[in-house]
Amino acid sequence: MAGTVAPTKLQASIASPAAKAPRHAGFVRFTHWLTLVCFLLLLVTGIEIVISHPRFYWGETGNVNMAPLFSLHIPASRNTVPTGYGYVMPDQNGWSRALHFESAWALVIVGAIYLIAGFWTGHFRRNLLPERGSRNLGAHLARFGAYMRRGPRNQDELDSYNVLQRTTYLSVIFILFPMIIWTGLAMSTAFDSAFPFAVDALGGRQSARTLHFFISGALVLFLIVHVIMVAVSGFWRRMRAMITGGVRLKEQQ
Amino acid sequence: MKPISRRKLITTGLAAAAGLSGLAAADQIARRYGLIPPDSGCDFGAGETLTYAVQRLLTRHSLAREFPRSMMSKMPFANEVGPLDAAFHQLQAGGFSNWRLKVDGLVAHPLSLSMADLRSMSMRNHITEVSCEEGWSYIAEWIGTPLSDVLREAGASPQARYVVYFSHQSDWWESMDMADALHPQTLLTWGMNDGDLPVGFGGPLRMRLTRQLGYKSVKYLTRLTVTDSMKGFGKGLGSASPEAGYAWYAGI
Repeated sequence: MAGTVAPTKLQASIASPAAKAPRHAGFVRFTHWLTLVCFLLLLVTGIEIVISHPRFYWGETGNVNMAPLFSLHIPASRNTVPTGYGYVMPDQNGWSRALHFESAWALVIVGAIYLIAGFWTGHFRRNLLPERGSRNLGAHLARFGAYMRRGPRNQDELDSYNVLQRTTYLSVIFILFPMIIWTGLAMSTAFDSAFPFAVDALGGRQSARTLHFFISGALVLFLIVHVIMVAVSGFWRRMRAMITGGVRLKEQQ
Repeated sequence: MKPISRRKLITTGLAAAAGLSGLAAADQIARRYGLIPPDSGCDFGAGETLTYAVQRLLTRHSLAREFPRSMMSKMPFANEVGPLDAAFHQLQAGGFSNWRLKVDGLVAHPLSLSMADLRSMSMRNHITEVSCEEGWSYIAEWIGTPLSDVLREAGASPQARYVVYFSHQSDWWESMDMADALHPQTLLTWGMNDGDLPVGFGGPLRMRLTRQLGYKSVKYLTRLTVTDSMKGFGKGLGSASPEAGYAWYAGI
């Protein structure tokens, strides 16, 4: 199938360069890189915050006098936490917390710009919603099977996302990011006083903290797979597309 | 690159001017309604200010969640305490009978209250969660005198914007805005779980703010100062926390 695909789209763009649209819209490129910066800052500061108490609990409360759900086997930055290590890491919690929340604000603002522009321009409907015929498990499994067989790449996919990519991106944008914000807010003592339902629905503040940890893990997993996919499908071409938006015609073939 | 048309230049200029004046107006409104924290000039002041302003708008009167007795922690964790001054040990030897809480600053009647004075004033208790910035927490019953009643007794001035509070832990002092100072759950706490407040948890007298992290609930209180400005208190950043790299506002 891939070998015989009708190259109508490509030919059209070769025939009339004026019709050539950038691979990624300006707002997608702008918000993509800002999101990356925010995410990396949140990740580093988040790890630093966890180091001050690398134990996780379920329910409303948790402390060193209670059994944890699980512990990370790393040294802590506080000597009140029993870790099994004979030393205490330097305390970096102050600036880590401040930068964590500042990056979170930046991410929320960037995310709002992305969401508004995405709905306004039809980006989600056109580029990310799986096409009408493939909104089912079968289509996802078929594409997954094609990955596993490592068959030749479908030429259509140079210009758009396949069904697995679309579902993954939609899940990250509309499930993981909202969940990481929700679980983060649910740890805020003041936020909980105004919106107690936000934390009670998650099973308590310590449950929110544990969920926050797992959802960050899911986002890191996404980042790793995302970068690997970019690398195997032509790293510099993909990078150029996400930086300048341009696609060189000869590279498309 | 396309040349920029005159129309685009004018609309861009107008949008920029509107944006700038909008920011200036927001700043004026924020200052007027007390939405700028005293540590807004610190390294991460933008984030701190945004958090404080938004949370103050959302939570000015909200009450922290209170829990049923069955959820009280069986073994609450008393965090380690920094060095206490010699005066504390003397007072402790005397069973805290000479303990005094001074109330001064912008008040009509400065006070010097003994533990007995405080206990004879109004009393409130609540079963609430203490959450540490490190991540751990516990639930306990807290019993004490509402700070708002002490401020009323002292005749706090309408110009008051902050209540600064000091401790026998000399490196630890804090302040709170009036939304927290007049909040019904903010207690000068002298009892915990049906008994006296143990020394490990800040006894005989601890500030207890329910909507901020534990480091705002300073132990071993000595003095409250009502003020309209944080200038002149330490480095003027609101408390010892920003001087140590932590946020003055700890609602998150």
